[in-house]
Amino acid sequence: MADLERIVITGIGLTSPNGDGIKAYRRNLLAGVSGVTTHETRFMGTVLAGLCAYDEFKHQSRKERRRGTRAGSTAIYCSAEALAAAGVDLETRNRSRIGVFIGITEHGTVETENEIDAIRQYDYDTKYWSHHHNPRTVANNPAGEVTIKLGIKGPHYTIGAACAAGNAGLIQGVQMLRLGEVDLAIAGGVSEATGSFGIFASFASQDALAWHDDPTQASRPFDKARSGIVVSEGGCLFVVERLGDAKRRGAPIIAEVLGYAMNSDASDPVMPDPDSIAACMVLAIERAGIEPGDVDIVSTHATATEMGDVQEARGMRKVFSDFPSVYVNNTKSFIGHAMGAAGALELAGNLGSFEDGVVHPTINVTELDPDCSVRNLVVNEPKRIDSVRYILNNSFGMLGINSAVVIGRPTD
Amino acid sequence: MKHEQVKKIILDIITVIAPDADVSNVKSDVRLRDQLELDSMDFLDIVMELRERYKIEVPKDEYRQLESLDSCANYLGPKLASAVA
Repeated sequence: MADLERIVITGIGLTSPNGDGIKAYRRNLLAGVSGVTTHETRFMGTVLAGLCAYDEFKHQSRKERRRGTRAGSTAIYCSAEALAAAGVDLETRNRSRIGVFIGITEHGTVETENEIDAIRQYDYDTKYWSHHHNPRTVANNPAGEVTIKLGIKGPHYTIGAACAAGNAGLIQGVQMLRLGEVDLAIAGGVSEATGSFGIFASFASQDALAWHDDPTQASRPFDKARSGIVVSEGGCLFVVERLGDAKRRGAPIIAEVLGYAMNSDASDPVMPDPDSIAACMVLAIERAGIEPGDVDIVSTHATATEMGDVQEARGMRKVFSDFPSVYVNNTKSFIGHAMGAAGALELAGNLGSFEDGVVHPTINVTELDPDCSVRNLVVNEPKRIDSVRYILNNSFGMLGINSAVVIGRPTD
Repeated sequence: MKHEQVKKIILDIITVIAPDADVSNVKSDVRLRDQLELDSMDFLDIVMELRERYKIEVPKDEYRQLESLDSCANYLGPKLASAVA
């Protein structure tokens, strides 16, 4: 294995349906607080969704927000908060050496749906089609808005990786640091998916859109009564640096990225492959230089679809069945599926365990589906364990894309 | 349409396009771009608002007529008078 440069996370900026900022978010995960509510959306009426309530104007003017997108706004908020948390003063940095790498599941659908609806009243005369459409819908928009707002001149782009995008954004940041292309990366994922009706409608057509009379109980990964996905928006961006640089500037070191892997099922557009999932996890663990039994927390992807959860559980059992001290949880049960932000948010929600030794649960498990059984699934209540050194964060997406990241507690 | 009415229409549009701008002291004879932070996309927004609200078309080679409140008043006055008639 090549001797790779050590990479650390030094700042986190996030907004989730159950809290803005890492403290509020972690507190609500430990307290079992769901962030799912009802949501009115075009053509679909009332659906359930995870919506964020961060202050859009904390870091943006009204004009900037009007001109840009929700995803761009979320990315700006998370970036600015992460940089502040990391103690980074952009005035003193060479901004050509800072990069922005943001995972997205999709982008452009919100704007396009809005524009088509807007010109309907003009009998679809395209003279009324907005000149803002193109800059709003280009896939790099969320990352590009960050660079414009913060004056960042290094590389920026988004990574389209379906529901694995949050991990993929972080992985890209790590790689660019190791390549020496940047000295600081803002990396993670964002989503504005709740602004689109199409994503809700498509999941509904697949019989995969969750419903429950109590929205807080709607997202039920691994539960027998699970009814599908709760679509959410959100954002989580990390400040990521080389360890040496972080130490030199006295940065707060939150976690270390020890290993990662991505692979493809190469089989089905929507049905995950347990063998492929297992291979991805094993590879990430191997690259982290640890054994599967060393992992303390596995943050699962599970979206509460009928078959997705079953397939993921099969993959989990292939890797972790023999190990009595690997604990398993899930964040989507709290906040729904935050799409491009999911992987990053789910990782962030577990980082607090390095300090408090508590594994947050997966909630809304009234009756565990036997086909979804995994050893040491932490159900409904948090669990205190001896100490947490290693977290494995899994995210798997449509078209058979898989990602796994191993994060370690800071050691020095 | 009176010049003051046209200027008010343009200032109303600007407050939508640039919600943070203070339009209370905008001088009529000075280019809008020199007084407010407006770029080319903002001017296209003004053109679009005129189209949506009043069905007025401003051809590309006449965009210069929107430079200042005075030039807007001179140029748009007759067009707005026809539009609202």
